[in-house]
Order: sequence, then structure tokens, then C-alpha cells
Amino acid sequence: MAIHFREALKTKDFTVTTEAGPVKGASTEKMQGHIELLKDRVDALNVTDNQSSVMRYPSLGTCLLVKEHGGEPILQITCRDRNRLAIQADLLFAYSRGVDNVLCLTGDSIDVGDHKEAKPVFDLDSAQLIHLVHTLNSGKDMAGNELDGGVDFCIGASATPSADPIEPQLVKFQKKLDAGVDFIQTQAVYDLEELKRFMERTRKMDEKAKILAGIVLLVGAKMAAFMNENVPGIFVPQYLIDELAQAPKGTGLSKGIEIAGRLIRQIREERICDGVHIMAIGREERVPEILEAAGL
Amino acid sequence: MIIAERKPLEEIKSMLSGYKKILLVGCRTCVTICWAGGEKEVGILSSQLKLASSGEGNELSILEATVERQCEKEMVIEELRDKVQEVEAILSMGCGVGVQTIAEIFEEKPVFPALNTTFIGMPEAEGVWVEKCGTCGDCMLYWTGGICPVVRCAKGLLNGPCGGTRKGGKCEIDPEKDCAWVLIYRRLEKQGRLDLMRKYYEPKNYRAVKRPGRVEAATA
Amino acid sequence: MNREDNKIVAFCCEHSAYQVADKAGRMRLHYPDNVRIIRVPCAGRVDVQHILKAFEKGAAGVLVMGCQEGACQHLTGNTRAKKRVKYAEDLLKEVGIDGGRVKMVNLAPDMAQRFIREVKEMAEKIEGEMRR
Repeated sequence: MAIHFREALKTKDFTVTTEAGPVKGASTEKMQGHIELLKDRVDALNVTDNQSSVMRYPSLGTCLLVKEHGGEPILQITCRDRNRLAIQADLLFAYSRGVDNVLCLTGDSIDVGDHKEAKPVFDLDSAQLIHLVHTLNSGKDMAGNELDGGVDFCIGASATPSADPIEPQLVKFQKKLDAGVDFIQTQAVYDLEELKRFMERTRKMDEKAKILAGIVLLVGAKMAAFMNENVPGIFVPQYLIDELAQAPKGTGLSKGIEIAGRLIRQIREERICDGVHIMAIGREERVPEILEAAGL
Repeated sequence: MIIAERKPLEEIKSMLSGYKKILLVGCRTCVTICWAGGEKEVGILSSQLKLASSGEGNELSILEATVERQCEKEMVIEELRDKVQEVEAILSMGCGVGVQTIAEIFEEKPVFPALNTTFIGMPEAEGVWVEKCGTCGDCMLYWTGGICPVVRCAKGLLNGPCGGTRKGGKCEIDPEKDCAWVLIYRRLEKQGRLDLMRKYYEPKNYRAVKRPGRVEAATA
Repeated sequence: MNREDNKIVAFCCEHSAYQVADKAGRMRLHYPDNVRIIRVPCAGRVDVQHILKAFEKGAAGVLVMGCQEGACQHLTGNTRAKKRVKYAEDLLKEVGIDGGRVKMVNLAPDMAQRFIREVKEMAEKIEGEMRR
């Protein structure tokens, strides 16, 4: 049985989370397989919310599966598909079923997904969502009404250390920290010097929030270049694309695992931040190898 | 001003299918300025429809007219009252407001839109028009350095930017478009008012304008 | 397409093309007789509606003939004409009139042979369409 994520953040030296991505369909077998594989190897499992604006089985549903299997889920909520009523309602339901970790995100634009004619909601932004969760935690809803049965969420948010320009991102980041977060999971990092600089700034802004560096598994030079062009918030440096390109044919994935492991190991050994969040999109089965390569 | 674009010709033709005599009406205001539905465009569309229909063997008969402003009832009545009698249907090259004004006045005649009304904006360069105002009814331009985040930020965020900003400050949705929040940051930085962007903004009142909107002057 | 007169309308700038057309006539050079020459003060005077109206009134091809690039007496007339001809081309394509039935030609006042060639080419193009 996994310990409460909130506890893990407080007591562990190095916190590790990863993701179980929902499938596009009503069949839960594959997800349950991933959950079984990962739940005991990490401190918590994020479940994405229509990631990249592609319609999938809901995050909340998969979080319940994680609970059923004895794991510790982190519910990702975006502002793209739900207005403030729906979000508050979903949070009440989540809490009532033991899902009490939430990652507050703005959400990718509709255009990058597979339902390109849908109406985007964005009733709230991520900073407002963090405030909303605090409001619920205090026993009231956004309209000021008392809740019949309170909630107590552990709150997380994201950050983009490699943004260019960085200053506007830092203004937004400060707002998230001011709103009060228990943990931050960053977008993919590859440049550890950049991460160190980011951490220096962050520590001045907030000493308490736990920062987990995002590690996205690369599987080849082409995929890395594709992500640069098409996935919001991800910037893979050229030297890594080159390293992947030079790997012998068919070994791109192993090279990617090696790179991920290397990054994690260094972050941990040099105590650059408080942990990592591993994203192996579509390749959840390889996460144990990444953990092994990292010495975890 | 209101910006619109002419619909694809195929779509216009399909609306007119079965009709033999129509009134094609332009407007001298917004749609003239954005080259979509002025007197000139009326002439062009009229030629095209005649060429297309005669090519198919049943030439469309087209009466042409241009109203000063299609959204003003008196002007529409004055200009079109007589011409409307002679036709089966009206094809308006005005914005959505113009189309509906004509439709309301001449209720027995079908009125078709030749344009797609797209946004409220301005000319950025000759022949290029861009969206500027989100008609949210709760203007916040005073604290965003005069840049509207409702409509120039692709996600309409009040506490921007999002984490999807592309390198160089471009928008997640379109590498050709600027991230509005990067623009806002730079503008406020120039004015030494970045404190306005650092402030946290509560969720927007999306019911500031209850649609369909209505405004009544005190002296109405 | 059933256009009985097969008329070609040539809008000719008076500083270049019109002089050429005149010269070709005086030199008794032969060019198709279903060409209607319209004199304009500059190719830039020709607007999109003029081109469309020509087709509406029965023309099967339109030539817009002005000065060579950089030699426009009104500086930008021929560049504007070029853009308008392209726009007219797209508008005509929308109604099924395709295959280069409108063309921009840049001439110097002494290019009689070139004038003849363009007119003949357009006539052949139309002829070809008719036979199909």
C-alpha cells in the first residue's frame, strides 16, 4: 500500500512520480496493467486529462483504478474542457473516493488534439484553479456557499524552466507559488545547468514547495525533433538529438532510457531538486528500466 | 470595426440554387473597408455569379444595390424598398448584423449571407486585418497595457502566460502569432508597470454581457 | 463554353502596348481580327471588375498589357495590374474559367512581334478550349 503522497513529499529525500496514461476507449485492461507495474515503484502516479487535447478515458476514472489497486494517484485537471462548476463537482467526487492529490493545469489548446472543432472552455486558468482548490479546502465553494462535507487536497502545479522568454513565465510561476502549492512538476528538462538556475530562483520565491523535475523519455532523434515542433512546452537541445541520431539503428529507445537514467541520477546525486516526474508517453512499460538506469 | 470575409463561391451558389432573380446588396461601411462586401465586391460577385450560372445554362438575374450602412433600418428601407419587389431573394454582402436587419425588414423574402463575419478588428497593414477586441463587456485593457487577453491570448487567460509558449514568445497554437502575455509583459515593462501583471486576477465574469446583449441609453 | 465571337479583349497602356498595337497595324503585321483593343492611360487603371465584365459581356480571353517592370510612367501601375490580374485569375477559376484566359503582359513600345505572339497565343488557347 503506497503511503500518502503528502507524507512522501514531507519525509522522503527524493520523490519520484510517473504517469499512467488513459486509453482511448472503455477498456481498462491496459491501464490496469500499467498501474500494477508501476504503483509500488514510485511515490505516486499522475493520470493525465485528455492529454494533448486528445479525447481519452477520464483522469478521474483511472485515478479510481489506481486507488483500487492500492496505488497513490495524482488527478490532473485542466481548464480546457470544464467550467468552474464541472471542476468543483469533479473535485468533490474525487475526494469522496479517496483521490486527494490534484495537479492544476491550464491545458493544451484544442488545436493540437484530435477534436479540432470543439469549443474550448478555459473558464479558469491554472492560477485560478489553484485558488479554487484552496477555497474548497477551506470548506466553501467558489460562490461562497458552505460545503456539506469538506475536502483536503494536496495541490500541485506545473512550471516550464526552459521557456523562452523566461520572464513572463516567472511572473506566472510566482502567482502559482503565492497561491500555495505543495509540489511542482516541471515540463521536460534536459539542461541541468538551466535547471540549477531555475532552482536558485525558485528557492528565493518559495522555500517549501517540492520541485520535481520533469523527465520525458526520448525514443529517437526524429521523435525528439517532432516534439520540439509540435508539443507545447518541450525543448530538446540539439546535442541530445545528435546523441540519439548517432545511436545504432534500432537502439534509439535504449539510448533514450540511458539518457533519462543519466539525467535522473545526476539530479539526485547533486541534489538539484526534490525529485523527478517521469513521463514515458505511451511507453509506461519501460519506466522500470529508467528507474533502474537511474539507480533507484 | 467588423471584419468579414466572403464565403466560398460554391457555398453561395448552393444557397441560391433554384432562384432566378436576386438582389445583391453591399454595404459602404465596415465590409467596404475590409474589402469583403462593398460596392466593388458586389460588382465582382455579380459578374462571377452571372458567369457561373450562364455556364450552367440558366443565367441568374441580379439586381445590384449598396446601402450606406446595412445595420440602419432607415437606410436599408430607403435603398432597397423598391428593388425588393422585383426579386425572389436577397443576397447580402453585409456583416451578420446587416443580413439580419434586411431579413427583419423584408420578412417575406429569403435573405442569404454572402459573407462570414469573423471578428472585431483593425487593419494591421494594407489588406491584412487582425482581431483586437473580445467584446467581453468587462474591459480590462487598463491593466494589460492596452492588449486584450480575452481574444489575443488563444486561451483567453487572465493570469498568463500558459506553459505552452513557443521559443521567441510565439503562441502555442500558431508559431506565426505572438503570445499575448509576452506582448503584455513587454508593454508593461516599457511603462514600468509590471506590478499590474504580477497581480493575481480572479476568474472572469463571463456573464458581464448576457447574450443576446442589449444596451439602452438613459435618454432612450 | 459557347462564346460565339471568341473575342479577345486587350487592355493596352497608352505608353507602351497601345503604341505597339498601333505600330503593328501600320506595319500591316497580321494578328487575329477578333481582338478588341481598349486604350487605357496605364495598366494600373484596369481593375478586377473590368476584367470580369469583359468575360461577362462575351470575351473568351483578356490580356492586360502594360509597360515593362520598372518602366511604368506612373511608377507602380504595372505592379498593381499584375496583382489584380492574379486575383482575377483566381476569381475566374472559381467559376470554372481556367487555363490562362487572363494574362498580364509587359511590353516596351517597340515590341511589335511580342504583341503579335501574345495575341496569337491567346487566340490558340481559346480555339483549343472550343474544340474540346
